[in-house]
Amino acid sequence: MEQTDSALAGEPASPLLAVRGITKRFGSFTANDCVTLGLTQGEVHALLGENGAGKSTLVKMLYGLLAPTEGEILWQGAPITLPNPNAARALGIGMVFQHFSLFDNLTVAENIALVMPQTVKLNDVPGRIDQISRAYGMGLEPNRPVWSLSAGERQRIEIARCLLQDPKVLILDEPTSVLTPQEAEKLFETLDRLKAEGRALLYISHHLEEVKRLCDRATILRLGKVVGTCDPRAETARSLAALMVGTQIAEVRAAGAHALGKERLVVSNLDAPSPSLHGVSLKHVSLAVKGGEVFGVAGVAGNGQSELFANLSGESLAPRADAILIDGASVGGLGISERRARNAGFVPEERNGHAAAPDFTLSENIVLTGHGSNGLTQMGFINGAAARAQSQKVIAAFDVRKSGADPLARTLSGGNLQKFVVGREILREPALLVINQPTWGVDALAAATIRQALLDLCARGVAVLIISQDLDELFEISDRIAVIHTGELSQALPARSVTREEIGLLMAGMPGAASRPSESAHAP
Amino acid sequence: MRLDLYARPQRSTLREILAPIGAMIVAILIGGIVVALMGRSPLEAFDVYFIEPLSQSYSLQAIAVKATPLILIGVGLAFCYRANYWNIGAEGQFIAGGALGGWLGLLTHDGALQGALGSWWILPAMMILGALGGLLYAMIPALLRVWLNVSEILTSLMLVYVAQLGLDWLVRGPWKDPSGHNLPVSVVFDPVAQLPVLFEDGSLHLGVLLAPIAAVIAAVVFAKTLFGYQVRLVGSAPKAARFGGFNDRAIAVAAFAISGGLAGLAGVVEVSGKIQQLLPSISPGYGFSAIIVAFLGRLSPIGIFIAGLVLALTFVGGEDAQIAMHLPGDLTLAFQGVLLICVLAADVLARYSLRLTMGAKS
Repeated sequence: MEQTDSALAGEPASPLLAVRGITKRFGSFTANDCVTLGLTQGEVHALLGENGAGKSTLVKMLYGLLAPTEGEILWQGAPITLPNPNAARALGIGMVFQHFSLFDNLTVAENIALVMPQTVKLNDVPGRIDQISRAYGMGLEPNRPVWSLSAGERQRIEIARCLLQDPKVLILDEPTSVLTPQEAEKLFETLDRLKAEGRALLYISHHLEEVKRLCDRATILRLGKVVGTCDPRAETARSLAALMVGTQIAEVRAAGAHALGKERLVVSNLDAPSPSLHGVSLKHVSLAVKGGEVFGVAGVAGNGQSELFANLSGESLAPRADAILIDGASVGGLGISERRARNAGFVPEERNGHAAAPDFTLSENIVLTGHGSNGLTQMGFINGAAARAQSQKVIAAFDVRKSGADPLARTLSGGNLQKFVVGREILREPALLVINQPTWGVDALAAATIRQALLDLCARGVAVLIISQDLDELFEISDRIAVIHTGELSQALPARSVTREEIGLLMAGMPGAASRPSESAHAP
Repeated sequence: MRLDLYARPQRSTLREILAPIGAMIVAILIGGIVVALMGRSPLEAFDVYFIEPLSQSYSLQAIAVKATPLILIGVGLAFCYRANYWNIGAEGQFIAGGALGGWLGLLTHDGALQGALGSWWILPAMMILGALGGLLYAMIPALLRVWLNVSEILTSLMLVYVAQLGLDWLVRGPWKDPSGHNLPVSVVFDPVAQLPVLFEDGSLHLGVLLAPIAAVIAAVVFAKTLFGYQVRLVGSAPKAARFGGFNDRAIAVAAFAISGGLAGLAGVVEVSGKIQQLLPSISPGYGFSAIIVAFLGRLSPIGIFIAGLVLALTFVGGEDAQIAMHLPGDLTLAFQGVLLICVLAADVLARYSLRLTMGAKS
């Protein structure tokens, strides 16, 4: 608080870590253009910007992963070079990545031990993890293998991994994107404590409300340049977003009054044992989605969302054929291609490697879900021209930014690839769309585009089922919301009358909240 | 002090083309050092290995004949390796195909079975049996892999020795030529069971044409068909392949079938076109050399076609070097091994840059 004045004036008095006039070029592309920023002890500093604004490039330089082209990095006022992350860690700079850098086949403890100094014995690590986990309420089991953990749990490993090294500066890249509001609140308390301990935090987030709640100062990047520094608490989420994007973001239009059609997706009493030891079994899940309705499934990561998605998509087959009906036909025993042939579309959570093959071009990725329709294949041959044409349609309709005519999927930024894989399904004009984490790690503008597209789709009579951990998103576009917890799905509650607190309690597995007598899953 | 690998931000086509060429040059330099350590002239060895075979008609024909099995097997292996299944046992599938196809050559010996139908069907039937032999033999590791998750690397490799000993037993036992002075050889096939030569007095036989045909068809399959797409997808992003609705087990079995079938075809082509009888050993290690060919050709059928010719050159040059310079035949295999290591290293360097980090503690 006391720094606010100097913060607004520009650079604070004695920054712990600062960058001055830093520029980073990749060939002819300038990712960071003369960026100046300072982090003071005991402050939480937000770094805001759209995907592609240069946030990741900047923090990679602060963490020794990239070397600046021009400009300098100052540590307690003295210029330094950071040849690698070890050098950054040695100074006391820790980083929690947005994309997890964990080894699936190792346990939580082994993954964390990898970045500990060699003097620490592997046997001591589980105890220390327990300590940290308890102190900050993370619920980590040190001996669980990472492959069995959800995205949310993996993120918490990354945070614990940093905290174990007792950093002076902690960089967090979208740390709350997979947490419940209650969990996020708990994290904020942790971060407040870290701040009170005199550490400096650099906080990257798209959740503007959260930046307002948490951060003392915000630096906004657009197209690699600093476009403003402000006190986020003095701004509105809308004004912050406008600074980030450079234009006013249109508010997502409500779906308007539209008649609900017949039930297009019906799941009745679906029991699906988990295929893996640490997975979540689905227990008597029932739901019904009508044409023209957006049905939201809320829940903390790792409570059966991926299992539910796999059962709905047909990547896992349901034990009973009639447990899942699409437009009245039993599809529980049919694979994903047959379900697509019944005009269902699916978008899984993971963009790279699941929704899209990263080393395939965009037009080849059109074939991934479209090979059964649209004349993309003839007599076993792929019609490359048709695939490229369809790809261009998606790119144009969803403003997918890319370089080159038909680039590899991996070269797109997260938000642009997400727009592509969502657009790919929407342009197939499905009757039912099941989508898992539609805007996870996506910038504000892309997220608004995707949400609007989903609402437009449902206005055309399509049934949309969204699985999301982002409650703002669910409240913004869902008609009804149900909560998944340890593989059980609650009754669906109307989004207009239910409160965030009620949903939050259900997400935390508190009974009582579910016994709301009003609207049942079979309304309206 | 240690070496670190850093992923290059961009892939460069030029670098990917230069990598195998650079690997060739480095391997030749290492080979030259070995020859020098053996007290011979590296320049003379280079001349004998790589220049002379290209200047004689008979050795050019020999290169084409030797390249044929390497290319056929290598093209098949590309299907397995692209799909991320590691068939190391093409040598065994080659022998199984040669034995099964060659068996028909033995059955039709001395005009047998050639009565009513004539003899036109014998060569096509041998080719089909050869491909079938290799295909069925490849099904053992393939099915063990998809049903029981047994490592196909181990099973396919071990089955090579089974095939080698099996053929050895057959040729020394039931298939031995009764009038062969007790030598471990079969009868010589009738001319109708031998692939005809393309030119008088040459060694170039009809089977040589199969190599470019297979390479072109495979190139089209990879680039244009949904099947080729599935093979690449299963290897590159298995989870996306399942999301696409493709059956990765079926793809694994199909890739092994193609790989084994082409290896078996190569085996029967070798037996019918070149050896013209069955011997206890019918391969100087083509099945293993073809692994090098597949990687040297970057798992692309056209690349494999070129790489097969290069490797065949080292085989022919190696034989010449044994005669002209008394260099051991194992030097050729050692050189091929060095070449594979150089190719794999060059692949890594094409995608990553190497940096020396001084005095960093981890």
